[in-house]
Amino acid sequence: MKVITNSPVETRRLGEKLGRLLAPGDLIALTGELGAGKTVLVQGIAAGLGIEDTVTSPTFLIIKEYPGKIPLYHIDAYRLAGPDELLDLGYEEYFFGQGVTVIEWADLILVLLPPAYLRIDLGPGPGGEEKRCLVFSACGQRYVKLLEELKRDVDLGC
Amino acid sequence: MAGLILGIETSCDETAAAVVAGGRRLLTNIISSQIELHQPFGGVVPELASRNHLENINLIIQEALAAAGVSWKDLDGIAVTYGPGLVGALLVGVTVAKAIAFARRLPLVGVNHLEGHIYANFLAHPHLEPPFVSLVVSGGHTDLLHVLGYGRYRILGRTRDDAAGEAFDKVARVLGLGYPGGPQIEAAAREGNPGAISFPRAVVKDAPFDFSFSGLKTAVLNYLNRSRQRGEIINAADVAASFQEAVVEVLVERTLAAAARCRVDRVAVCGGVAANSALRSLFQAQSAGTGIEVLYPPPVLCTDNGAMIASVGYYRLQAGHTAPLDLNAVPNLPLENWG
Repeated sequence: MKVITNSPVETRRLGEKLGRLLAPGDLIALTGELGAGKTVLVQGIAAGLGIEDTVTSPTFLIIKEYPGKIPLYHIDAYRLAGPDELLDLGYEEYFFGQGVTVIEWADLILVLLPPAYLRIDLGPGPGGEEKRCLVFSACGQRYVKLLEELKRDVDLGC
Repeated sequence: MAGLILGIETSCDETAAAVVAGGRRLLTNIISSQIELHQPFGGVVPELASRNHLENINLIIQEALAAAGVSWKDLDGIAVTYGPGLVGALLVGVTVAKAIAFARRLPLVGVNHLEGHIYANFLAHPHLEPPFVSLVVSGGHTDLLHVLGYGRYRILGRTRDDAAGEAFDKVARVLGLGYPGGPQIEAAAREGNPGAISFPRAVVKDAPFDFSFSGLKTAVLNYLNRSRQRGEIINAADVAASFQEAVVEVLVERTLAAAARCRVDRVAVCGGVAANSALRSLFQAQSAGTGIEVLYPPPVLCTDNGAMIASVGYYRLQAGHTAPLDLNAVPNLPLENWG
């Protein structure tokens, strides 16, 4: 599934729609270059989960936790030298915990991902610097169903 | 010697410990990334790895006590960062601090990391007293606070997305300048024209003291992409200088506006970005004639360190705010008022 957004506001709104569909234990892996809109998307997901705190970049801390009805674990692999470093940080508490886990720069820690997760690749959209193309791929039944639900909710824009 | 506090900090990358007397006088300040280990056997000493707190912590604490010429029985309290930060990292410091407090029957004090950064200026400026406005600006923070007293704060504004120091690191990376980005951008910018490219200064609606640097980062990326597509030669020095100007301009403007709003005549800047010379020059230029004095700690107190934690610990202990031995790490700890 591919979605084109025209602005950061639209990327955030898409995240919000996704956030409303998420359940405890869900895991989302994001990839995309600097400025692709990963944190913007996560801000939307947090809003969809009903989290009121401001979601800021997790780059420095690597893992940020936001309490809520379903807590959000916002992880960023950007500063990690390799998957081992995430291993040392107790990643399993998040990946297999009771919250929703979203990982930015997931391509850097692919070997640690469990068999089932939703992958979203963010890249530049066609024509216009504000546009983004988001490619959704479901790994596992749970996420195939999740994407079907999201499809009903979203104007694909392409 | 009165009020000797051991401060322990492990909230993110650095393992750090320090001994501070009376909340103000620094005896030792040992930080993992800067430690020069004694080499009694002339061998190679392995570098202490970032976030390898469990392996670093005992060595760092021993070094902090030994270099201060202080033994366990001289201490009056143990202060430790218990948030905000990375939970697994925080837990190492908190657990060690609790063990020491229990074994030596010393009072334990839990400290907020952000509060620690503010107190770095108390260590650097012995006569500094509240009230003042503080700008905490680093790789992980961009917070503007009104410090009303010891343990009394009002948050005026903070970043909505990226921290200023993080923007420096990321722009340095896309310019191929290396890590850490702050000093690299600063060096490149010296050769460049800060007026060469007009990058945006983001204003956050209805929040005059909040910051946003994510859009600036993306604007730099877009500029680089456009130039490459047109086959133009990119002048990295001009990009660095123009980017740096955009960051320091909003930091200085909003901080001085906050000082005016709070009617204070002192501003205490802290965190890693406080070492940036362009930030300091602009503060100096913009504060001239306003009666506002801008203070900074030395670089070793700008980075994460145990001394700033010991300083907060001293004042909290004075006010009777000790922590129980079941103190836990709180990764999203908010700044609380205790004074």
